[in-house]
Amino acid sequence: MKSINTVHSTDSFNSDFSSSEAGHTPLIQFELDYIQFINEHGNWVNDQPSFATEKWLVDAYKHMAMNRVFDQKAIALQRTGQMGTYPSSLGQEAFGVAIGMALETDDVFVPYYRDHGAHILRGHKIEDLFMYWGGDERGSATGPKQDFPVCVPIATQITHAAGAAAALKIKGQENIALVTIGDGGTSKGDFFEALNVAGAWQLPMVVLVNNNQYAISVPRAMQCGAPTLAQKAIGAGIHGIQVDGNDVVAVYQAILEARHRAKQHKGATLIEAMSYRLCDHTTADDASRYRDNDEVKQAWEKEPIKRLQTLLFNLNLWNPDKEQAWQNECADNVDQAVQRYLKVKQDTPESMFDHLYQDWPEAMSEQLDLLSKKIERMQD
Amino acid sequence: MSNVHNLQNDPEADVATESVLLEAVNLALHYEMQHDASVVVLGEDVGTNGGVFRATSGLKEAFGFKRVMDTPLAEALISGLAVGMATQGLKPVAEIQFMGFIFPAFEHLFGHAARMRNRTRGRMTCPMVLRAPYGGGIHAPEHHSESTEALIAHVPGVRVVIPSSASRAYGLLLAAIRDPDPVVFLEPKRVYRSNKQLLVNNGEALPLDKCFTLRQGKDITLISWGASITETLEAADQLETKGISVEVIDVATIKPMDMKTILMSVARTGRCVIIHEAARSFGVGAEIAAQVSETCFLNLLAPVQRVTGFDTHMPYFKNEEYYLPNTLDIVAAAEKCLKDG
Repeated sequence: MKSINTVHSTDSFNSDFSSSEAGHTPLIQFELDYIQFINEHGNWVNDQPSFATEKWLVDAYKHMAMNRVFDQKAIALQRTGQMGTYPSSLGQEAFGVAIGMALETDDVFVPYYRDHGAHILRGHKIEDLFMYWGGDERGSATGPKQDFPVCVPIATQITHAAGAAAALKIKGQENIALVTIGDGGTSKGDFFEALNVAGAWQLPMVVLVNNNQYAISVPRAMQCGAPTLAQKAIGAGIHGIQVDGNDVVAVYQAILEARHRAKQHKGATLIEAMSYRLCDHTTADDASRYRDNDEVKQAWEKEPIKRLQTLLFNLNLWNPDKEQAWQNECADNVDQAVQRYLKVKQDTPESMFDHLYQDWPEAMSEQLDLLSKKIERMQD
Repeated sequence: MSNVHNLQNDPEADVATESVLLEAVNLALHYEMQHDASVVVLGEDVGTNGGVFRATSGLKEAFGFKRVMDTPLAEALISGLAVGMATQGLKPVAEIQFMGFIFPAFEHLFGHAARMRNRTRGRMTCPMVLRAPYGGGIHAPEHHSESTEALIAHVPGVRVVIPSSASRAYGLLLAAIRDPDPVVFLEPKRVYRSNKQLLVNNGEALPLDKCFTLRQGKDITLISWGASITETLEAADQLETKGISVEVIDVATIKPMDMKTILMSVARTGRCVIIHEAARSFGVGAEIAAQVSETCFLNLLAPVQRVTGFDTHMPYFKNEEYYLPNTLDIVAAAEKCLKDG
């Protein structure tokens, strides 16, 4: 399938200043691959790839369901004042889970901040994820040694991924650096700079754009005049592809192809995963201020979990009893993690001085004294 | 925000309304856009969404998308656009969504905006405002709570303005927009909604480069800015109950700083405590202390005290209360200062 090389802008700046027709006229004609295996109705629309065995499909489904249960609990914790601001991954579970399943142990994962499904599969304890979003640095202390922590400053992580990929290449290690970024992040210089060096140096880097159509309130069409984000790869001399980001098989397949390319020393890949942010940007946001309910309703028709469930039901790989049992298991797992999270003793105030430098600078000791006196005053 | 919208319909209304700091920012933007067609607003989510804190709420509806622009997500771009617009006769008021994300904007702010007038010998200027919410205390995610005003204040050619109340936010933002040079306007988000003040929407600016003496006293001078003014005033209240006469100065314009007001006060009281949320070393407090010692050394009755954050990263929010200066810290420092003398 090929993507359509046009973009339609809605309200505003871009439509006003271009020609009489709204939107942008592409300067060159080209086609990008767009891959999809399971459509929104849960039907195969492409040859079933060999990795997508019955077991694999059931596992992928279970991970996505787990991701959603985690997500709902995280929001509940935030709403009840037991956690901080949280960016939900509702509707983007295929993205995180495909990444988590596709990553090999020694790959370098460079996440942004909405990859909860991938983090769980990468071995992060659920209570650690709660701890991170609950305002405790110790939530970033676990996970694979080479993986980066959650990255909040937009797009900065992609230059680190390029550096990590260069390190892999220099060390002769046959792994990839896989980085995630939102559609908004593709507007930053960091994004272009990293793609550019990935092309110049043929780096083993895989860039996954979670195009969930919104950067907080700003819709995709207002972010960039190009019809696709994947085509930004062309200018950088790397491979670009669009995938159905709500199809876990398609996202996984795209990563496999990208890994194959990297292993053959044929350079980096930009994968634009088309999805939709069914949730607010974070728990501090109210998306009803800037988008129609009808649009969200339509997006729900294409969400990633239901389609895979339908497929599994049709293949007799799943049934309501199994569903109930799995939902219960997910709820139990997450509830137990919540209990462990809530029992974690708050780190000491002095911990803010920990891990600042490897060796304690003597010059800092005076400030530690100031903190002790402050704590005494606060306890009086 | 109901007050803001009422006034928006009748911008000439010279009536006083109760407003919080956030509403005052919104009101000043409405007023100035109404009265100066060259003022434009740009930034991430400032248009349709009205800003993540709602500081730009209603502007797009009132002035249209050509004057209220949702930009692509790119802070270097936002400050670069502002430089370009400012040099061509517009007065851009650009928003950086949180101060923690201001760093890409520094290239254009420091490398261009701050020096354009100087290097072109006045041919080209940059009358632009970069607004950014800053500071801790709202249990925000990582990178959303820092106070790095000293980084900006260190660079020549930029003004750094920090309001601490609704009325000063209104008057100082108007002044910042009208100023012919680049101004970084930092909004203490912890007090965005805390204290209502009676505000008259009359377009009257307050002076830049002036400290505000919030309370007069003769025994000790407390100097602060931004959100810490709240605790500083509380500390002053507590000290007054102990019979100590406290002068409180809101620095307001960090750069260039009105040292005259500060030095006159300290010369009179002989005692001085500087309070800021930012890290302790190499900060604005250090600059004030240096100038006090250069000029008022012989008037000092006790060493200058600083109440500050620590030279650590702003702790993630579970422990942020241990980082932020509180009223007890300020009282303790003042008492030490009084005892030392």
